[in-house]
Amino acid sequence: MAVPTTVRAQLEALNRGALSSVELCQALLERTGSLEHLNVFISLNDRLLDQAAAADEARAGGSTLGQLHGLPLAHKDIFMSEGLRTTCGSRMLQDFIAPYTATALQRFADAGALVLGKCNMDEFAMGSSNENSFFGSVANPWDADRVPGGSSGGSAACVAAGLAAAATGTDTGGSIRQPAAFCGVSGIKPTYGRVSRYGMVAFASSLDQGGVMARTAADLALLLANMQGFDPQDSTSIETPDLWLENLKTLPIETLDEALTLDAKLTVGLPQEYFDSGSIGARAMDDIRTVIEVQGHRVQDVSLPNTGIAIPAYYVIAGAEASTNLSRYDGVRFGHRANDAKDLETLYRRSRSEGFGTEVKRRILTGTYALSVGYYEAYYLKAQQLRRLISDDFKRAFADVDVLLTPTTPTTAFERGAVSNPVTMYQQDVFTVPASLAGLPALSLPCGFKDGLPLGAQLIGPHYAERSLLCLAHQIQSHSDWHEAVAIAGVPA
Amino acid sequence: MTDSIDIAHLCTLAKLELAESERDSAEADLRNIMLMVDAMGDVNTTGVEPLAHPLEFVARLRDDTPGPTIEAGQFQHNAPETAEQLYLVPRVVD
Repeated sequence: MAVPTTVRAQLEALNRGALSSVELCQALLERTGSLEHLNVFISLNDRLLDQAAAADEARAGGSTLGQLHGLPLAHKDIFMSEGLRTTCGSRMLQDFIAPYTATALQRFADAGALVLGKCNMDEFAMGSSNENSFFGSVANPWDADRVPGGSSGGSAACVAAGLAAAATGTDTGGSIRQPAAFCGVSGIKPTYGRVSRYGMVAFASSLDQGGVMARTAADLALLLANMQGFDPQDSTSIETPDLWLENLKTLPIETLDEALTLDAKLTVGLPQEYFDSGSIGARAMDDIRTVIEVQGHRVQDVSLPNTGIAIPAYYVIAGAEASTNLSRYDGVRFGHRANDAKDLETLYRRSRSEGFGTEVKRRILTGTYALSVGYYEAYYLKAQQLRRLISDDFKRAFADVDVLLTPTTPTTAFERGAVSNPVTMYQQDVFTVPASLAGLPALSLPCGFKDGLPLGAQLIGPHYAERSLLCLAHQIQSHSDWHEAVAIAGVPA
Repeated sequence: MTDSIDIAHLCTLAKLELAESERDSAEADLRNIMLMVDAMGDVNTTGVEPLAHPLEFVARLRDDTPGPTIEAGQFQHNAPETAEQLYLVPRVVD
């Protein structure tokens, strides 16, 4: 049979015996081989077929591990999987073998999922185009001359090209949502703390959040349910369980539509600051707004007045946290080590300078400057005050509306090499960074096309409102077909 | 404030070294980034409490009880140079 491309369809095929896990994995590996020019994977799991055979054997013996039994998933190469290389897209970690498994990936394994491979990414998750990887840039499956977005660009391209039904990503300032939009797939950044950061290489710890990309919101719900939940190994993990998500991972796949039914009529806010900047997706936003209104939801304008200051505040906070987190790479305990350093100081400097790429050094220097003596109050403290104002804007808006609808990005995918100015590149995150600073859940879903390239719409909710976002997105996708468009011939919808 | 950027000093603090050819562009990029950042000064934040964590919770402490541990060798497998479970570095004291 033709290999289905959604998680739900793959699981249904596995469950009814129409497809074995070995057949599914072989088909995906063959497709990966035929699309090598996309440069999606940094590593493939060379034990995959043995593991798939074991999953098939267990199933034949009447024993399945969980809801995702035998399902191959791709992972951003920022998540550790014991025994597999974890590079974070960096020369610094090009030979690093994970000594333990990230909680999120362990939970997938506990549910029966298999690791297909590790996806390319911007080095240490710093970038909006996937051009900052030591392992080369990734091509957008819709147009190989264009970027897939970043930093989880390999994961987004993976799903768009049909190399896996779903892939994990991480989102610090938009790194799931922006590439999802550029590649025409769906992606969710949950509430900060929903998915454990244990075993996820740190970039900016008060912002980093794991999530997932797939073709449909229903698949996102299924996967988020399985990867989330309290983890004592992460000191910022949310302790209160989300009972809806917890229940979702126990349900038969066939009942997913019912679980994702949106009973209430919502009030959807349109933050005017996101629509005033000449975004090219205005018509697409009108179209998705119409779908929402036809379903009986009310749409009204709202204001988030401090939106314009989010990018400067974000680049100070993220840079400061990155400069601190990345101080651990010293050429001594793990990571790249320079040859022939005569003293310790030289060893540190040369190992770090050889191991890190240009953008990572730039962020470290930005953070170092912002935290240096005499500037802490003017930069870091000020940015944290602005973070409060931005967060308060959202709180006021959510007193009047249930969710917000915005464009995900200001442009469609741009050509590779077209944006060389870092400040220009940073503006790519203008619509995604505010929700990150406030720790809010946000979801991007396809909403149309411009010149043959996908456009994304973003739904933002209050803290812990993943259910509203996923159910609304599922309802939109049940009454539209943007998410079914195919990037590359041969990928069935 | 961007006049005060001293890229050599920042490299010393960050334990980085830049080749002569990289230094000018790194300084120019940082200057442009900080010019963008200086827009923060246009917003009055007098009396605004800084927000360090999006959910404003206090870091949780766990009970001080032993848990599962990972063998040192599993971590040291990734170390560039070790001997007898110790990390080797260039000589610090002559």
